[in-house]
This record gives sequence, structure tokens and C-alpha cells, in this order.
Amino acid sequence: MAARGGVGVEADVAALRAQFAAGRTRGAEWRAAQLRGLLRMAAEAEAEVCRALHADLAKPYTESYVHEIALVKSSCRFALKNLKKWMKPQKVSASLMTFPSTAMVTAEPLGVVLVISAWNYPFSIAAGNAVVLKPSEVAPATSSLLAELLPQYVDSTCIKVVEGGVAETTALLEQKWDKIFYTGNGKIGRIVMASAAKHLTPVVLELGGKCPVVVDSNVDLHVTAKRIAAGKWGCNNGQACISPDFIITTKSFAPKLLEALGKVLEKFYGDEPLRSSDLSRIVNSNHFNRLKKLMDDENVSDKIVFGGQRDEHQLKIAPTIFMDVPLDSGIMKEEIFGPLLPIITVDKIHESFALINSMTKPLAAYLFTKDSKLQEQYEAGISAGGMLVNDTVVHLTNQYLPFGGVGESGIGAYHGSFSFEAFSHKKAVLVRGFAGEAAARYPPYSTAKLKILRGVLKGNLGSMIQAILGFPRGK
Amino acid sequence: MEEKPQNGGSFCLGGLVAGVREVHESGRTKEMEWRQAQIRGLIRMLTEEEDAVFDALHEDLGKHRVESFRDEVGNLVKSFRNTLQNLKKWADTPLISFPCNAMVVPEPIGVVLIFSCWNLPLGLALEPLSGALAAGNAVVLKPSELAPSTAAFLAANLPKYLDAKAVKIVQGGPEVGEGLMEHRWDKVLFTGNARVGRIIMTKAAKHLTPVALELGSKCPCIVDRINSKWECQVAVNRIVGAKWSTCAGQACIAIDYILVEEQFAPILIELLVSTLERFFTKPEYMARILNEKHFDRLANLLADHRVASSIVHGGGANRKTLTIEPTILLDPPLDSDIMTEEIFGPLLPIITVKKTEDCLAFLKPKPKPLAIYAFTKDEKLKQRIIAETSSGCVTFNDAIVQYGLDTVPFGGIGASGFGQYHGKYTFELFSHRKAVIKRSLWVEFMFRYPPWDEYRMRMLRRAFRFDYVSLVLGLLGLRQHDFKF
Repeated sequence: MAARGGVGVEADVAALRAQFAAGRTRGAEWRAAQLRGLLRMAAEAEAEVCRALHADLAKPYTESYVHEIALVKSSCRFALKNLKKWMKPQKVSASLMTFPSTAMVTAEPLGVVLVISAWNYPFSIAAGNAVVLKPSEVAPATSSLLAELLPQYVDSTCIKVVEGGVAETTALLEQKWDKIFYTGNGKIGRIVMASAAKHLTPVVLELGGKCPVVVDSNVDLHVTAKRIAAGKWGCNNGQACISPDFIITTKSFAPKLLEALGKVLEKFYGDEPLRSSDLSRIVNSNHFNRLKKLMDDENVSDKIVFGGQRDEHQLKIAPTIFMDVPLDSGIMKEEIFGPLLPIITVDKIHESFALINSMTKPLAAYLFTKDSKLQEQYEAGISAGGMLVNDTVVHLTNQYLPFGGVGESGIGAYHGSFSFEAFSHKKAVLVRGFAGEAAARYPPYSTAKLKILRGVLKGNLGSMIQAILGFPRGK
Repeated sequence: MEEKPQNGGSFCLGGLVAGVREVHESGRTKEMEWRQAQIRGLIRMLTEEEDAVFDALHEDLGKHRVESFRDEVGNLVKSFRNTLQNLKKWADTPLISFPCNAMVVPEPIGVVLIFSCWNLPLGLALEPLSGALAAGNAVVLKPSELAPSTAAFLAANLPKYLDAKAVKIVQGGPEVGEGLMEHRWDKVLFTGNARVGRIIMTKAAKHLTPVALELGSKCPCIVDRINSKWECQVAVNRIVGAKWSTCAGQACIAIDYILVEEQFAPILIELLVSTLERFFTKPEYMARILNEKHFDRLANLLADHRVASSIVHGGGANRKTLTIEPTILLDPPLDSDIMTEEIFGPLLPIITVKKTEDCLAFLKPKPKPLAIYAFTKDEKLKQRIIAETSSGCVTFNDAIVQYGLDTVPFGGIGASGFGQYHGKYTFELFSHRKAVIKRSLWVEFMFRYPPWDEYRMRMLRRAFRFDYVSLVLGLLGLRQHDFKF
């Protein structure tokens, strides 16, 4: 579907709303069929998707598989497996106050949902919504591939792809949605939420942050270095919301850590990293220039201790490590979103807590240590969307854990059942019968009635029986 | 140390907000003992100061003490006890997967701002406050200035019974509310109308402050033909209670209007009138209208001559005493204000349909309400209502009581808002669910890392398929080929 302006978008949304109102997306069979379609698409179009990702980002095939294809597949499978369970109304206990009665909570689809730049749209479908997907325009080959493929595998009357840039996104945001799901940065996140406010639309915002990695000296150094490197440079070359952003370690341990990182990087990407096919490039020249500026800052450029090579023509920057850049430099104030890794040193490892807490809450906080006390203190003392000890990034794949930010890193959570919840309305249903009529509830009021109500609300069985038997009589 | 209640002034607000944030960051509000102490403090306050509460609610709204107990004080104490009983369980961290050691740790979200509304001025302030405290947060409460006696009560007493440094009350009008929203909060809960809800959310967007909005709506009540005389009476008791005995209809979950088969309407009206006469033997049994502005608003709804001519009972109004008689209307025009705006008062339109099932088509295009009520014994109809309508909740054969049930979520959808609370849902609303995974450093899979090759690709495919057998065989060098999935 080609990018269109305001009127086209309005008509699209109206059409989706009509389909939803007609009940098309609600049945389990429809939802399962769409999920199976997405699974087939991920399997059949794997090579094409990887090619598009390579065109957009020079992403290595394996990375694309792991981070995009496999995740979509496992999300779809997880949703399919759990669909019936998630859709089933949950019975809850009804209190004695409303005796006799039954109560339950049912999951209802919200309606028509807008998903901007997120790959976990399978769950919005599993929850029975009609969906408009707006893929990121920053990765144009992937975006147009999705627009071309999706209608071939799913019900395109209820699931649409709208491509485009700022103009199209603005047009989409002017429509009324039942929920908006946005992945991206805080600046646009604010615009999305302000637009949503006009229609009182709830939002889920998955934003960024500076994900810190605290490295203690009590670690297996080689494994630590590998896991940090894999999380930093093995994920779109640092261009991921949960990439490790910077390291904090002790002054005494820093040289050892740096050496280990250097060794690992050479093993991963060889001694000419700009020529390695395993390294993604920077997504576009805007971001390349932004990163170049961070690197070339006069207070920062002399702190490079590893790497620093770049090729403007290919839009590639090699893994680059800095030692002790000033805390007020650009590279320490904004989310890096690239292959630059500052190492900040402290005297004692606990000083890292104050530094992290002086920044806005990140999407993920990482810690490498074997010391269980330090682990406990980290968990209790640092707030982040999620925390991972002794590894980076992989918590993304756990379908049982909520994934989302807090504070500046976002609102709401998703993955697995949390996604299903994010895209559903929990409707309470209370069913009473006509028995159990309590005159004490109604006027004319009296002290006797007040006494009974006191007992009922306290859970006092005697009062409750009185209430059910209709005391006080005759009123 | 006695804390003076804070009023307006942007400078004061900045200091207040910073102070509360500092308390939260000190970690004090996270302690389980602290949280339990706050909840116990709330219970003690409502028990010891019960008479003062009844007086305040009577001054603000003319509520009879029995109504105040039933809807606010009693309900709150019950809810606080439920919170106290379950707090440890809610705060516990469930282990998700072993041996990877993955958990979800509920964390206090931080510093919370609660705006409450004037019609349940105690309940709508203290219910969310208790949950926010149970979740370990510091809280600023802005009670509605339109219920000034209750606001004053809260300002005077909350500091005595709770940790006055961590719980602050800010009094004032809309400018104070706007001033508060200039600051960043970790969560804001707003109960009120959609117009102000939009303003709150727009201001919140500047700081990426998450919000929950409990807004208004027209809650419809479907009344099916009921054959048993006694059951019919029970239904009417409950309808009368839900409309006129709850703040004279000034409640977001009050029955706004009725939908009934045209043949059954006369019987229903007769029963409503006789029940009203039996219940409201004295005028003090019904709350009064909040103020002249709302009185005029309601009087205007009846001013439309097409609406006035549809009145079948009541219609009397006294501006001096701010009272309006329980009023029933039969089929006012659907495009009149009384049928397009939320009534929030003691006027009850009855809209007739040919058959009860027609109600479903009637409701479909309407904005989603906070609650849909239906009095019926028809199981099929019940299923259709659940499946074919959308609302915050559905209650069959009663009304309003869902508000007091701690096990179900309370909140709206669409135009009636988003975000839910009550019971453990309040705890969750004001918590951040932090995912924590602990991995060991000694279990290591080489195929995770570049340089990439076919072998690593194969191993990764197996890992993602959870094909552990092939994975292990592959690692041991024993299985070379795969069927590609």
C-alpha cells in the first residue's frame, strides 16, 4: 500500500472500524488464522526479509534471523499456544457482600489499534483487534517489503500497513484509535501521547535510554567481555533500545576489561572491522553524522582507547571504546544508539549506583558480578524497565517477562501475555440473582440498618445473615 | 510536627513536589512495615473520625450518614482491610523460570498524584491513596474543591494518621491542578470529566507521565420483562437504589437511563413510583444537588419543552435547597441534551424499544460507558450483552455493587477512560513490574557470537525451536543436517 495523506488514512480507519464493529476480528479462529499466516510469512519470506534488512542496515543474516525472524516466529507460536487460555474469562471470587453472585473478568479486544515501528504486532492481532501498522521509514526496504508481503498472508481488510514519513505519521495520529503503540524516542513519544490525549486514547510507549553496564571485578572476564560485545555490537551495531550504552567499572579493573573487550572484538570482527560482513552499518547519514559529532567532540576524541575507524561512504563506524569521557559530554548525555562505548571508572563499584540514579531511568540495566550481595543491592537500588545480571539483551526473548520502560524509557509493558493484556480490555462481569435481597441497603434509613451494614461490610457473618434474611423487616 | 495544608502558588508546589520526591528516594516508602502502617493509619482515621466524616459529607452533599457509610466509609474500611491482608502476597516476586532465575519484581512507581472528584469525595480520594501507599509510593492528593468540607477534613486529618512527609494534600481549584501538572509525576490518576481529562493527559505528555483516567459516561440499564412479581420488585428496589440513593444520581456508575420493552414500561413506571414513595419518606434520605451550577444544568435539561412533556413523575425543583425530586421521563427525544449528555442527577429517562434485543443495536453506536446494567433471567441475552457490547464492566440484576467488589477491576474504556483499579489492581496501577533475570557466567554457548557461519545459524535455529536434543547433538558434533522449518 503506497503512502497516503489525510483523507486516505481517514477512510482506511473507518473501514477497519466497520470490520471490527461487524465482529470480524473477535473469533478465536480468525485470530489463530492470522497468527498462522504470520508464521508462514516469517518462514517463507525469511530470505527476502534478511535481504531487505541488509539493504537497510547491512545487517548480517544471522542477526536478522535471531532478532527479527525468530522473535516474530516465537511470538506467534507463543500466542497460538496460549490463545484459548488468554481468551477464557477468569472467574474471580465474589464477596459475601454480593451473595449470591458470580464474578469474572473477560478479555475484550480494544478495537482499532495503531502500531508504530514495533515488530510485536502479532499480539495485537491475538487480542482480536483490527490493526494499522506503520513501519519505520528509516528502514525503507524493510518497510516496503512488509507492506508488500503482509496482505498476502493475513486478512488485509482488518490488518493494514501504512508506509511513509512524518506527514503520514502525523495524519495517522490525528485519527481516533483505541490504543496506540509506539516504539522510538522520547521526543516523538511526547508528540504521540499529546495527540492521543485529544481522543483520550491510551498509549504504550517503548522508548530509549542509556542502558548502563556495571562490571565488577569478581567475574569471568572472557565470558563477560563476549556478552557485552554481543549485546553492544552484535545488535545492529549498537542501534537497539536495549544495547549496552556505557560501562561503569573500577579504576583498577578497567584496563583488564578493556584488554578483554579488545581481544573479543578482534575475534568477532577481525582486525579490519569496517570490512567485516558481520557488522551492521549506521542506518543513514543523519545518524552517521550525529555519531561522528559525538566522537569528534574535543573533550572526547582524545579518550578513544580502541577503534575509532569510520567510512562515510559505507556509513560504517567500527566498534569504538572510550575511557573516562567527561560526564557532561554529549556522548554521556544522550542515548548513543551506535557502536561507541564509553567506560567510566569509579573508585569503588558501589559508586556506580549514584551515577546511574542521577540519570533518567533506562530501559535495561545490566550488571556483571558473581557477588550475590551486590546483585541484591543492584536490584533493590536501581530502577529500570528490566534488569539482567551476567548477560545483556537476552531478556528480550523471554516470553514470560514483561518488557517495557519506566520513567523516560517508556510507559506500559509487553511480550507474551503482557502484550495480550496491553491490547485487551479487562471487562468485569458480575452476575447476581434476585435472591439475597438486603433491605438494609435502601432508604428509609435507620440506626438498625446502619448496624447491619456495619456488620456486612466488616464481613460479620451474623449481620450478613440478617441482611440476607431481609432485616429490618417491614421497611 | 504539624504540617500546614498547602495551597496554590507555583513556588510552593515546586518545593512540595521536590520534598515528596526526596522522601521517596530515601527508600522509606518502599519498606513493607511503612506501607502497612499507612494502611492501618487510614483504618484508624475512618474509625476514630467517623462522625466528623459524616458531618463533612452531609455539609458538602446532604448525604445521609447511612448512605455515607454504605458508599464511602464502610466500603473504604473493607477495602483497606483487604489490602492489608493481601499486601505481602501482591508484593511478592513470583519466580517465572528456573534455572534461569527470571522474576518480576513489583517496584513502587515513585511519586503519585491523585485527583479526586466531588461526588464520592472520600472514596475517590482514599481508595486510590491506599493502593498507592500499599505499592510503596509517596503521594500528593488534590481533593476536589467543590466538596470543601471533605477536602478540609482530609487536609486536617491525613497528616495526623499517615506519614505527613510522604503524603501531602494540596487544596485549591483548577489553577492549582494545572500548576501541579506542570511537574513531572511517576503516575497520575484523575477522576472527573473528559474535558479536564484531556487537559491532564496533554500536560502529562510533556513529561511522559503515565496517566489513568476515570471519566464519566451514560450508564444504560436494560430491563427485560420479568414475570415474577417479587423478582420484579427486587429489580426495581435495586434500580431505585442505584439511581436515587447514590448521591441523588450524581455518580459515574449510577444508572443514567433505562431501556425497556414498550409493553412493560407502564408496569415498570408504576413500580418505580410506588418504590420511591416507600423509600424516600423523608427528604433527608436523598442527597442534594452539589451546587447552583449543577442545579441549573439539570434544570436546563428539563427546560426543553419536548423533554418537559415526557415527564411522568416528579419534575419539582427547589433552587434554594438545591433539591430536585426524583423525576421519571418516558421517551424524551433521543437528540435532546438529556439523552446525549451524562445526566449526573436524579432524572431518569425511560426509553422504550419493541423487543429487549433491540437494546443491543441501540447501544452499539454509543460511546462506551463505565458500566452496562441489565435485569434479566435470559441466559442467551446475557451472553449477547457480554459479547456484543463494550463497557468498563457489565453487571446483571443489580447496579453499583461492582464498585465494592475488590476482586474485579474498576475502570472505563473508550470515552469512559482507561486504567483500572480497586483491590490488587490499584496495587498494580501504582507499581512498575521490573523484569529481572540472573544468568550464570559458566554456561556458555559459542554459537551466540560472531563471526557468523552456517554452523552457528543451524544451532540458533535449533535453540529457537527449543529443539534441545538436536542442539545438544549438534554441540557434540553428532548431527549435521536439519529439516528447515
